[in-house]
Order: sequence, then C-alpha cells, then structure tokens
Amino acid sequence: MAVTQEVQLKVSNLNMAFGGVQALWEVSLEVKKGEIFSIIGPNGAGKTVLLNCINGLYHPQKGEIFFEGKDITKFKPYERAKLGISRTFQKIELFKGTTVLDNIRLGRHIHLKTGLISGSIYFGKAAHEEIEHRAYIEREIIDLLEIEHIRDKVVAMLPYGLQKRVELARALALNPKIILLDEPLAGLNLEEVEDMARFILDINEEERWQTTCILVEHDMGVVMDISHRVMALNFGEKIAEGLPLEVQKNAQVIKAYLGEAEDLYVTRR
Amino acid sequence: MSHAANWKEIEITSDLTIPKLFLQSAKKYWDKKVAMREKEFGIWNPITWKQYYENVKRIALGMVSLGLRREDKVAMIGDNRPEALWAEMAAMCIGGVGVWLFQDSLIDEVQYIIDHSDTQLIVGEGQEEVDKFISIKEKCQKVKRMIWDDPKGMRPYDDPILINLKEVMRIGEEIEKKEPGLFEDLVMKGKGDDVCLLFYTSGTTSLPKGALLTHYNMLTMGRNLMRVDPYFETDDFVSYLPFAWIGEQMMSISCGIQAGFTLNFPEEPETAQENIREIGPHIMFAPPRVYEQMVRNVQVKYLDASWLKRKTYELAMGIGYRKADLKFSKRPIPWYWKALDTLAYAGVHKKLKDHLGLSRIRYTYTGGAAMGPDHFRFFHAIDVNLKQIYGQTEIAGISVLHRNKDIKFDTVGTPIPDTEVKITPEGEIISKSPSVFRGYYKMPEETAKSLREGWLHSGDTGFIDGDGHLVVFDRTKDVMTLRDGTKFAPQYLETRLKFSPYIKDVWTIGDNKPYITSVICIDYAVVGKWAEDRNIAYTSYPELSQIPEVYELIRKEIAKMNKDLPPVAKINKFINLYKEFDPDDDELTRTRKLRRAFVEERYKDIVGGLYSNTDKVHMDTTITYEDGRVARIITDLQVMEVPE
Repeated sequence: MAVTQEVQLKVSNLNMAFGGVQALWEVSLEVKKGEIFSIIGPNGAGKTVLLNCINGLYHPQKGEIFFEGKDITKFKPYERAKLGISRTFQKIELFKGTTVLDNIRLGRHIHLKTGLISGSIYFGKAAHEEIEHRAYIEREIIDLLEIEHIRDKVVAMLPYGLQKRVELARALALNPKIILLDEPLAGLNLEEVEDMARFILDINEEERWQTTCILVEHDMGVVMDISHRVMALNFGEKIAEGLPLEVQKNAQVIKAYLGEAEDLYVTRR
Repeated sequence: MSHAANWKEIEITSDLTIPKLFLQSAKKYWDKKVAMREKEFGIWNPITWKQYYENVKRIALGMVSLGLRREDKVAMIGDNRPEALWAEMAAMCIGGVGVWLFQDSLIDEVQYIIDHSDTQLIVGEGQEEVDKFISIKEKCQKVKRMIWDDPKGMRPYDDPILINLKEVMRIGEEIEKKEPGLFEDLVMKGKGDDVCLLFYTSGTTSLPKGALLTHYNMLTMGRNLMRVDPYFETDDFVSYLPFAWIGEQMMSISCGIQAGFTLNFPEEPETAQENIREIGPHIMFAPPRVYEQMVRNVQVKYLDASWLKRKTYELAMGIGYRKADLKFSKRPIPWYWKALDTLAYAGVHKKLKDHLGLSRIRYTYTGGAAMGPDHFRFFHAIDVNLKQIYGQTEIAGISVLHRNKDIKFDTVGTPIPDTEVKITPEGEIISKSPSVFRGYYKMPEETAKSLREGWLHSGDTGFIDGDGHLVVFDRTKDVMTLRDGTKFAPQYLETRLKFSPYIKDVWTIGDNKPYITSVICIDYAVVGKWAEDRNIAYTSYPELSQIPEVYELIRKEIAKMNKDLPPVAKINKFINLYKEFDPDDDELTRTRKLRRAFVEERYKDIVGGLYSNTDKVHMDTTITYEDGRVARIITDLQVMEVPE
C-alpha cells in the first residue's frame, strides 16, 4: 500500500513507570496510514510496554494516544479493538486446548451481532451470520497464511512456528485497521522467518488488507528490509527515528546496541 | 461385479483423439454431472462438464491468439488443480503437445526440458513458477509467453511475457464471439496418430528423455486397463500425485475421459491425505512410497497406543494376515477363519480403512517402483484390493497388471489385453502393444536402442513364472552378483527393510563384494519421536542418526529381517546416513527411485568404510536446497556390524 500522509496513530509524551523503573519517558510518535513502522531497541528498552499502552493493556501515567483523530487514552482494550486496533503477542497467547479454527473465530467474536440466545439456537440470522464469518476466515485468513492443513488441529499440538502463524491469524480475524506485531519472528527458523516476512508484506500491501503495521522486532535484516520508518528506544527514551538507513547509521543507536552487537549486525540472512 | 452391465467400452479408431472424446463426454453429461471438484477455502466446489468444456474452450482459443499452432509444445508446471488440467486439455484441443514438469524440479532440469522440448508457451501456477521461469528466461528464447493463474504475491510483476489465465480466457471468449465454431473445427482436425504428450522420463542414469505419446497410445492403454478393471462414471478419483508422472496422466486423462469418473483435487498438497479421506475414492494409483507412508502412519499410531488397543490391533492383524496368506496361496479359507475375519474386520480393519481413506476403494494400484511383500500383505490383511502394475512411460503407463483373486506379491501380474510381454534370451523384459510410444524427441539413437521391430525394450530384468505372471527382478544393471555367484536384487532387501517404521530409505551394496552392506536413512519423524519418548536429546537429523541408541534400534530391525534370509544375502554392516536421500541432490529421481551409480560415486568413502576394518567414516560434502543454496557438511559416521 502506498504510504499516505494521514496520521493514523499519534502518541504524545507518553510516560510510564513501574515503581522506580521508568519504562517510557516522554515518548512521542506518529504512524501514518499504510506504513510499516518498526520499533527497535535493546531488551528492556520499553518496546512491549509501548505496545501495551497503545492497545490499552497498560494505562500511562502521562501522555495521550490518538487513533484516527480520536483521543483513546482512556479507552479499554476491547473498545480499542472495536476501533480496529489488533495485536499479536511476543509470548503466544492462544487457547491451547482448542483448534486453530476456533482460535481464529474467537478473534472474530467482536463482529458477531447476534445475541446469546439466538446464537445458541443457531437459526435464521444467527446461522447466516456464522456462515458469513466462516467464509471470511477461510477466504481471507486461512488462505493468506497457508494454514489449510492445520485448521482442525489443536493448537498445543502444533510446532512453535505454526502457532506464531495462528497468533497472527487470530489478530487478523478482527479485520484490523492497524496491527501491532510484538516480535513475530522470534524463535522461528530461517524458512519460517521468510514466510512470516512475506505475510507481513502481504497484509500491508495487498489491496484487500492495506493494514498499517507497527512492528517490534529484533531481526534487523527483516526490519531494515520491510519497514518504511524505524524508531529506536533505549531505557524508555526515543533515541532515533527515521528511514531504516538513517537509523542504522545513527551513532546513538549503534551505541545502545554495543553491548549486543550481534543483534544489529549479525542477522539471520 | 454388479456394475459390469453398465460398462460400455468406447471404440477407439485411428480418428479418435482425447479432445474429441472430451467433447462427446461434455455434451453427454453437460450440466447434469460433476466432472471435477476442487477443495477451496475449506469447501468442495463442483465443476460440471459444461463448465469444464467452457473453460477449456476459452483457454484453447486464448492460446490460439497467443500464437500457438498445431504441434507446438506447451509446458505445464504446478500443483494438481483444475486449471492445470484445463490448460493441458486446451493445448491438446488445438493440436498442441503437453509437456509436464515436476513442480519441485531444480532450475537446471526445468531449463533443460523447456529448451529441449522447444516449448513455446508455459502454463505455471503462481509466483513460485513465475520466479523459476523468469530466472531462466534469457536462456529459453523459444518461449513466447507464460500464463499464470494464482494471483497470490503476483502484484509486483509486470514483465510483458507474463499473462494471467483470466486474461487468456477473456481473449478466448472474444474470439469465440467473432468466430463461433472455431474451437470445434480445431478439435476435429486432430487425428489419433497425432502426438499429444511429450513426456520426459526421469532416467536413473542419464539426461531426461522425452517420450512422444499419441492420442491412440493413451486411449488404447486406458481401454485395455479398463477391460480388466472397469471404472464407472459414478466413481471418484483423487488427483494429487504429480501430473508429470505418467501414472497420474493415465488415470486422470486416459481412463478419466473414457470412463467419465469425477476427479477430485485436494486443497493443498499438505491436505491430500485428509482430503482423500473426505472423498473416499473408488480407484487409486500411487507409487509405493505413498502406501509405505500409510503403513508407517499406522505403525507409529500403534506404537503410541494403549496396551489394550495394541493387543486388539495385533490380534486383528494376525487374523487378517492369516486370511491374506491363504488368499495369496489360493487355498480355501476355512469357515472359522472367515468368522474370525468378520469380527476383526468389524473391530479394526474397517476403521483402519476409513482412516486411510480407503473405505470405498475397489481397486488400488501401486507401480513405478518395487514394493515389499510386507506392505502388500498389510493391505490385503485389512481387505484392501491392492494390485501391482508394471509399465513404463514409453508404453503410456501400463502393460502388466494383477487380476482380482490372482494376486502374488512377488509378481506384477499378467499383461493387459492387446499386449504381449516376452523375455529376451538375455533376460530383458520386452513388450508390444498399440500403446508403445513413437520414439524419443530428437534422440534417434536412444529410440533405436529401446524400440526394435515394434518391441519396447525396458531395460528391466525379469522372468515369467509358472502361473504366467511376470516377475520383475530389477533394473538389469542393478542386479547384484553375490560372493557365491548367485544373482540377487538389491531392491528386494531394500523394500523389506522399508517395512520398518524407523527406516525411510535404504541403499544396499554387495555387487561382487565379500558381503552385503546397507546405507540407511532413518525416518526423522518416527525415530525422533522414539528418541523423545526415551529422553534422548538431539537437535537435528545428522545428530539423531549418529546416536548409539538409534544405531542399536536399526541394528535390531536389520537382524529381524536377516533371520528370514539365506546366509549370503544377510546384511552384514550398515551406516546411518546423516541425511535423507533427496532428488535435489540427484540421489533419487523425481519419482523417488534410487540412482545407484550416482550414489555409489558420491558416497564412495562410505562404501570404502563399509568394506574395510574401520568403524568410522569421515565425510566432507555438500547438500543442495530446493532454491539452489548449497551447504557444506562435515561429520563422522559410525559403521556398525550386524552379528549373524
């Protein structure tokens, strides 16, 4: 998707502290509609905290968050989900005992309009709605992420790489306007990384999806390859923001990573 | 068979072609019958003969507008899907010649075949195939256009050589409006003696050779097969093996179009086994590895089951084996065995059949390579009518077949009607039938070698046994001479060993050697599970293969088989290879036959180690991934003896 100039998500002067630990300090950012916006930084830099603030799991002590011009700082997570903010988790958060299909369906729950009673009787409009949602899941998500062969498998039985894919599928079921991806590539092998990078590009570029992505990731090869813009955090503070190449050359970023040089320079490709 | 009355044979004249028959069937069934189904987005979508016909017509006319003329070659590559078959049929309809490529072919093979066949038009599935072709475009100057049909990931491609199948069909529809009847005229121009397929064989020794097959070849082969085992329009068949394998062409095209049965295409290659179960086909033809995998799945589930379930299975299989053995030896089955078998069937066999997708199966065939007697017995024990087929691409697929109730697992059966099979004084199997091919494309010397006075020389060694059954010993050049001068087929040992769920592939060595040895490729999934259950840690195939406990496991499996063998034929030593044999490394053909001469050269260090007093072989070699990347491997392999 072509990146537009329209600011979809605006975070201004966010502060978040856990006791004496300042996890975020005056962080501001603007994500434009259609972008792949990546957040990098050493472990403990506050990347996941930032995502948690954006989707409402944490409430910052100070600062505001605007989504499509609307102040959502006080919104609850489900209210933000209704607006079209979806996310995946670094540690897979799926219902392990249920099937892949059921997990994805749960992600679609927010779009169900029939009530509890008509839903349980499964008749008329309720049945119709259910079938429509199933068609949506099959056509748009299962086909895109190539998980036809596991749709009826129980999640806990699947290898990690596939669980990661199901996690993404569940997030997509919401039909989001913006998707927050928390380390989608962590723990994957080379082939799985390549697949996942392709899926992220598909979600961002395919005419059908055109979804803005906020990506938190350590795999610098992929981040620098697919991002439109990159922001670097260190100890809760923004230390750089710009085009991938600029951020890569930024002296402060290099310094922040010095202790873990391998993260920045030695990537999987 | 109750269906027999419905079976009406089609008269095959020198004028009849596959497209003409296609037109007849389409008009006969029109929108009353489903020609094919494809599972897509979780749902089986039917395609009627009317839709089949209309799609083929559009594509055919579209191809004409892209400049395709009679006898031009159309190469196809991709998964089994309706569009692939439409394209093949469309090419045949306008007099083109179909060339099929294996989807997992390495780029050099693709380039060789496209170039050698003088292909003008390529039909590929999607991005992967398009990428393959674009990377060799410069070296394949004869190709005018490439058609693709799956839009996934195709958004950034703007090379003018590419064209979407939808666009081709749209052009075809316009031509149809301008010149109605053109399509039928083109079909009518075809003659039975026209070449319809240029089929590249996956030679175990040399460069692929392109066999020229005519409509007459394909149709007579199908007819002669169906004279033995009739297929009906009510039957279902699942098409999931590569179209580049003659067996799939023989079922989907030669027989499918004559019998009018319904073809079913799985959702994805990974879902094939599940989809087969959903359809419950009546006919199935697959190379041995498919059946071997089925048996392995059952065995693994067995190892994992509870005590009671294991005992029930053992009991039921014992009864089944007993009955199968009586059947094989054509002895009458006593009433009490019949009664026991009925119980075993109701309790176990029926369920097994259902899980394997074989509950409605009437005939199931294996061919293309040798299959071990143990696998054969397994299927007959659970009452699956598994038969051996023998044939070559050069005879349009099949020439010899088991008859119902006359099945011997060490033979391949008797010739199908209209087919003669003889053994030359040298022991080579030769055959003659209306389905024998025209020759190899642009290889007159090779043609002269295999086609002499109408007889097709197979290069296989065999003999005809007392019951008139053909026994295929092995590829002539593969037959081993043991230390006492007896001839022995390595395939026999290999197929026997493959019955062990832990062993995926075997290569047996012993020609003119003091004793027999084996190189074993363990089954990663099964052995991996076995190791996990015993808390044995490993991280990769190479590591797992070298663990002492795994060696011990394999040694026991070999010793078990050795018990039934004469002393000279016992396996003496073996090595677990650090990888599986792979077509990408040229060790197997695309149809997964071992290329012995090649592996012998590649692993000469291993062979050396097996025939010396060492207990370790040092390896330093490379492996190739499908995308052409090469990785280096340095490792030590242990040599283990199997005490007699």
